[in-house]
Amino acid sequence: MYRYDHLDRQIVEDRVAQFRDQTERYLRGEISEDEFRPLRLQNGLYVQRLAPMLRVSIPYGLLSSEQVRMLAHIARRYDKGYGHITTRQNIQYNWPALEDVPDILADLASVEMHAIQTSGNCIRNFTTDQFAGIAPDETLDPRPYCEIMRQWATFHPEFAFLPRKFKIAVCGSEADRAAILVHDIGLNLVRDNNGDIGFDVYVGGGMGRTPVIGSLIRKNLPEEHILTYLEAILRIYNLFGNRDNKFKARIKILVRAMGAEAFAAKVEREWAAIKDSASRLTQQEIDRVKAHFPSQPYQRVAPEALNRIESLKLENIEFQRWLNRNTQAHKQPGYAAVTLSLKRVGIPPGDVTAEQLDAIADLCDRYSFGEARTTHEQNIVLADVRRDELYDLWQECCRLGFAAPTVGTLSDIICCPGGDFCSLANAKSIPVAEAIQRRFDNIDYLYDLGDIDLNISGCMNACGHHHVGHIGILGVDKKGEEWFQIQLGGNQGKDASLAEVLGPSFSRDDVPEVIERILTRYLELRLPGESFLEAYRRLGLQVFKEVAYA
Amino acid sequence: MPDLICGERIIADTWQRITDTSLERIDQLPEGQLLLPLEVWNRLACDGLSSRSHELGLWLSSGQLPDGVQGDLKSIPVIAVEFPVFADGRGFSIGYLLRSRFGYSGQLRAIGAPIRDQLTYLRRCGFDAMQLAENYDPVAALASLHDFSEVYQTSFDQPLPLFRRRS
Repeated sequence: MYRYDHLDRQIVEDRVAQFRDQTERYLRGEISEDEFRPLRLQNGLYVQRLAPMLRVSIPYGLLSSEQVRMLAHIARRYDKGYGHITTRQNIQYNWPALEDVPDILADLASVEMHAIQTSGNCIRNFTTDQFAGIAPDETLDPRPYCEIMRQWATFHPEFAFLPRKFKIAVCGSEADRAAILVHDIGLNLVRDNNGDIGFDVYVGGGMGRTPVIGSLIRKNLPEEHILTYLEAILRIYNLFGNRDNKFKARIKILVRAMGAEAFAAKVEREWAAIKDSASRLTQQEIDRVKAHFPSQPYQRVAPEALNRIESLKLENIEFQRWLNRNTQAHKQPGYAAVTLSLKRVGIPPGDVTAEQLDAIADLCDRYSFGEARTTHEQNIVLADVRRDELYDLWQECCRLGFAAPTVGTLSDIICCPGGDFCSLANAKSIPVAEAIQRRFDNIDYLYDLGDIDLNISGCMNACGHHHVGHIGILGVDKKGEEWFQIQLGGNQGKDASLAEVLGPSFSRDDVPEVIERILTRYLELRLPGESFLEAYRRLGLQVFKEVAYA
Repeated sequence: MPDLICGERIIADTWQRITDTSLERIDQLPEGQLLLPLEVWNRLACDGLSSRSHELGLWLSSGQLPDGVQGDLKSIPVIAVEFPVFADGRGFSIGYLLRSRFGYSGQLRAIGAPIRDQLTYLRRCGFDAMQLAENYDPVAALASLHDFSEVYQTSFDQPLPLFRRRS
């Protein structure tokens, strides 16, 4: 993974000192509430319903075991002993004291971490595939490019006060696991027939109040131009994005108002003026950063050892289920990627305790070259596990509460913190997730349903990605009461689609029942091998609506 | 006269900002050094400002781009860019464009409501003079010009990105 040199370290340390000074001036009353807000937000600090919330950046979801231990330390020392993995691969703490935040940032800086630009109207964390570098369907590892862009975006002087927040995701594989079509900019890494590397550039996707699928504005942009092209897009957005109405301020609204072609033409004109500037990437820089992401020193795994795993699999149904759902194919023979589920029933999705974080760090060191990844589905991945060690790792996961064999099923719910924590929320999302998990606790039924993304947001800001859930649930406020709208047919992949609203919203107590009716209908009507999403696309909304409101 | 951060110093601001956009003739302008709104500037630029060109500057609102300026932009002694509220960041791009695209080398001012914590960004984008929001002590604010000792990306102040300078 990328390791800081003295220059990277200096920049982060300067930020810690700057924020310490800003916090002290605020506490002395020298900065107004309004003026401190963007300063703290650009350091990931929100003021929430019950306490401040600090969002720590995990660039493209990659962590060393040392960093995971620091996250545990922060949970224990400054918070109530846990953190929450977000849908943009970051971690947030719900209970830090404002005056402690400069110390937390200093602790983070000691392990090459920070909270820079995790909130506010600026360029946020770059997100990517949790299986980057190891997925069999990968064309190119997106992480070095994410790091190059991360550095470019960090304290960019021109783009720190944009009309609205700005999110960029990168995909380097056949299947899109980074939801690039619902980001302000989505980048798809491609290799052309000559072997040259480039990007397909999508702009103006997004969820929130106005969900939109991004538009392709540039095919196969050569890699050396990525920073100047981003600069051109951001400059056009900064100058022309709507600043009068925050609900119309995201780039998707600008792209839609201008039309994607006209927007692209404007970007191309701006880009022509800067494409050969000093910001054009050098091969030396690309190679320098790529050298930070080498292939791991994999070993040959003996066939006899694999046979043992095969026989354990036959003997132990629990282990077999876990292997089927929670391990992922790896491009290196003898290795697998393992998902540690943070979706144990009764625990808010994505929550992880200090003890669990320490345990994850130990697991990284023992099983996966000292690295872990966070996923936008709010789980943890150990990406490089020897297959002959899977049984041992599974037993550890059982002991630690990470072994729920439900990855990719209805029970692997994406869920925002909702009204329990968030001051923006209209409704509590966590209890809905739990009620659904409890209702659908029969593992055979879950497996029969197959792959289903169920995503829950507590308000239209869509942190829980409800627009791209096969089943999406949105909390709404009706005269001070919490209601839940159900949407169907969303998807986050390269054939992304936005979910359609089923009809009038439901009370919280009714949600699990309605979901069950929808799923029963699916089981009745599906063709052999047809997933819920495929069935929905074939059948349409009406057949599900009939049963939901019966 | 209000204080102005100019480079690393605080000076008294001697320029008066004109906000009346209806002025039509050069003889309607008051005495002294003036910052004219773009509408007035463009109207008068046709008639020639040469008699007072050394004491007539221009201010742009955050929605006005440099390519809307009539005449020879390079010869204007002072161009001010308004930050109507500090969170309106269009001025950063406008400043960058004036310097890098339009080759403007006179004084470039941030006016309106920029705050102390934006000083490094302003300087990076090419501003060499800043008038802070009223509640900021400009003397104390000078310290914030040096919040960062290193930067990743190029802007007007640093022609080379860090990746071209790493040893």
